[in-house]
Amino acid sequence: MPDVTITVNGKREVRSVETRTLLVHFLREQLRLTGTHVGCDTSQCGACVVHLDGRSVKSCAILAVQANGSEITTIEGIGTEEQLHPMQEAFREHHALQCGFCTPGMIMRAIDLAIRHSEADETTVRRELEGNLCRCTGYQNIVAAILAGAVAMRPHV
Amino acid sequence: MKRYGIGQSVPRFEDSRLLRGRGRFQDDRNLPGQSYGVVLRSPHAHARIVSIDTAAARAAPGVLAVYTGEDYAADGLGMPKATLPRKRPDGSPMFAPQRPALVVDRVRYVGDPVAFVVADSLAEAKDAAELIAIDYEPRSAVTDTAAAASSGAAPVWDECPDNISNIVEKGNKSATEAAFARAVRTIKRRYVITRVHAQYMETRGALGVYDEGDERYTLYTDCQYPHRVRNMLCSTVFRIPESKMRVVSGDIGGAFGSKGWQYVEHRLVLWAARKLQRPVKWTCERSEAVLADEHGRDSVGEIELGLDGDNKFVGLRLHLIGNIGAYVGSDRNLLVPSMMIGTAVGVYDIPSAYALVTGVLSNTSPTAPYRGAGRPEAIYLIERLIDDTARELNVDPLELRRRNMIPANAMPYQNALGCYYDCGDFLANMDMALAAADYAGFPARREQSRARGMLRGISVANAIEQAASPAQSEFAEIRFDTSGSVQLLMGTKNQGQGHETTFKQILHERLGLDPGDVHFTDGDTDQVAFGMGTNGSRSTVVGGSAIYLAAEKIIEKGRRIAGHMLESAATDIEFAHGRFLVAGTDRAVSLKQVAAAAFVPARLPLGFDGGLYESATYAPSKDTYPNGCHVCEVEVDPETGDVAVVNYVIVDDVGTVINPLTLKGQIVGGIAQGLGQILMERVVYDDTGQLVTASFMDYAMPRADVFSHITVKSNPVPTKLNPLGAKGAGEAGCVGSLPSIMNAVMNALEPVGVRQLDMPATSDRVWKAIRSVAKENGK
Repeated sequence: MPDVTITVNGKREVRSVETRTLLVHFLREQLRLTGTHVGCDTSQCGACVVHLDGRSVKSCAILAVQANGSEITTIEGIGTEEQLHPMQEAFREHHALQCGFCTPGMIMRAIDLAIRHSEADETTVRRELEGNLCRCTGYQNIVAAILAGAVAMRPHV
Repeated sequence: MKRYGIGQSVPRFEDSRLLRGRGRFQDDRNLPGQSYGVVLRSPHAHARIVSIDTAAARAAPGVLAVYTGEDYAADGLGMPKATLPRKRPDGSPMFAPQRPALVVDRVRYVGDPVAFVVADSLAEAKDAAELIAIDYEPRSAVTDTAAAASSGAAPVWDECPDNISNIVEKGNKSATEAAFARAVRTIKRRYVITRVHAQYMETRGALGVYDEGDERYTLYTDCQYPHRVRNMLCSTVFRIPESKMRVVSGDIGGAFGSKGWQYVEHRLVLWAARKLQRPVKWTCERSEAVLADEHGRDSVGEIELGLDGDNKFVGLRLHLIGNIGAYVGSDRNLLVPSMMIGTAVGVYDIPSAYALVTGVLSNTSPTAPYRGAGRPEAIYLIERLIDDTARELNVDPLELRRRNMIPANAMPYQNALGCYYDCGDFLANMDMALAAADYAGFPARREQSRARGMLRGISVANAIEQAASPAQSEFAEIRFDTSGSVQLLMGTKNQGQGHETTFKQILHERLGLDPGDVHFTDGDTDQVAFGMGTNGSRSTVVGGSAIYLAAEKIIEKGRRIAGHMLESAATDIEFAHGRFLVAGTDRAVSLKQVAAAAFVPARLPLGFDGGLYESATYAPSKDTYPNGCHVCEVEVDPETGDVAVVNYVIVDDVGTVINPLTLKGQIVGGIAQGLGQILMERVVYDDTGQLVTASFMDYAMPRADVFSHITVKSNPVPTKLNPLGAKGAGEAGCVGSLPSIMNAVMNALEPVGVRQLDMPATSDRVWKAIRSVAKENGK
């Protein structure tokens, strides 16, 4: 089994992985970072979105060995109990989560979206969520939260 | 006004951990030494099993066991049985075939479990499952609802040649026949309600443990009714006292009715855990979910309305064929659509009605409650029929509704199918919704759409549903500790509704407790004494009322303790804002101080039963009837058949609103699921019974860009049936959304002559409907 060196949430991890191990399984099973979820097996749902070198990616669509040498941020690396990230805070204020299962992927996608489109409008947000499924909210509050979160993030960008 | 009290839009207390990836969902839980189970499922819709050869699988690396139905039977394990007193058309008892954990000699739908493989790793279990050689002898299959009920259909069970499991009748047949004999006009239609899957984002799972020392099972699973799952497993499968089993459910990534009680995988992981003396974990994959889970809806209704010369409704009759699937594993598979068909008369004054529901078996996954569980079906049928009636009689559909609506001053109202509407103001709901949707401005908007080559349609649908059944009680316990902090234990089970917040608000309202001092617990049969779980829009109504009553007991006991502390008679002590006060004085002690004293005998009256923990088990006296009005506006592109919902307004009456923020979330989420069913979703079996929509590549799911803004307004008429005045909200959005969206599509298609179309209104089906009418007209 090959060794990989991946920096996850600022911590350097050196681990042996099977070549077939997906990044999401590496995170969930080897690092026990269970905030990144698996909602499907065809890369449709986006519950597993993390940041790889600052870009949002579906961690079910990439092998752990492909992430060798990269920096990964998962939902556990975003915000703290005392101080949520502005996007997390926007989700809370706008009731943008119900069961919370899609939420980590939504937040990771939303932060990336807000960085790329700091002036995003509703149409852009809805289009950018093409790869993230939510079954509870009808997306209405998620869209509102991302618009508000993007505004709140501006000074931090 | 109380900051966290009833009626406040309090952001949810549970969000902080969920937003930071600190929830504990089913698959997040792992135990030392756990093994992994994989279910091998039938690839055939119907087949005899000639032989099963598991030798190669057993010998595969890492494999701990390969179990078949014969092993299960040999171990003497039982299976649940339906108990509702149903009959077949000839009066004989219903045919309700029980569901084995693993089939022995015959598979009856694609996904029927055949073998259970347990290995050290998931990959090894999967690899081994592929080595099991099964010789199948395929048989004829039937999956279509109407076809299964027609003569000559292939029998799913030899013992039931006509596939009719049971029938349910409601209303008065002879009075309805008489009403139709007098009717001036009658309008009859047939509507198909498709089969869908709940598609919660978290697929199901089960982790079974057996403790040899305690001789006790523990099941970790994402289910809606932990106590009822425990009851069923203990009483019908393992035949042990319930004290010998613990069921634990953590965070649940959506359920919507379909993570109801007992699934076969619960039995399998517990059985295997005991045999192997290791925890056994099973996690459903998305592409397995449509095979492994119970499905929702799937019925065909023939509905007929009788009117007098003034267009007053005089009678309604309905024959609904509901597709049960291949098994009646429990009463759960008998609930849809018959239990909730009583609202098929809607919010209209229809003096006589009769409904016959035929439950038909087919070679499909069993059906069970999914958001609404028969309620959306009932309202879909009546509201579509009213629009079709208006079209056929060339009258205004709004005027037809107004003329027949039950007025507020007619409450309480006993409907002709047995439902008792205790309160509601349907006309006010509708007027509010029409104003909010600018219904009057629709003709101008239709004209603008027409100028762009688009078809625009609008609809008004009035919904009402039976909620919070009195057949089920619910439990709440308020448990103080010596520091004055509190554990709130509930028999309901949150699946995303925001129970922690709603229930803490109710507790705050009654006892003035700071939510930060309250720890919320649900989903653990060892911690919570009793519960019926979360289903049927019941949790706030029944669970919330139980909190209310338990809080009364806390106040009552606290009053006696406070009286002793303040050296006054208990009768002179008043409770308000979290403090016990000697009436007419400023002498007071806080509830926290009282709680601390409750554990110290020296601070209590002699012989007083100390401690401060009270529970209540509340059962409502009658069902509640949440209701509301939906106005939907769509635009259809006649060139492509694409449907876009461009405006949506709902006015809901769910009784007392505990938290407007989370209520709106529930309403919009329900509408979204209705929209999915009407515009795109569908479980499809092909002509041979093969399932062709098993992944998100094939099963269309609504995404963010298919929605427009949904406006939610409330017109609460609190019920007097429970101490909170709440009626239930979980299903309210979904119930009316099916007819409102479909009727708007039909209204848009009116100018091009399309009169008949069933859901889903996908672009291809809409386009074909437009084309086929054009062809008939020679265009």
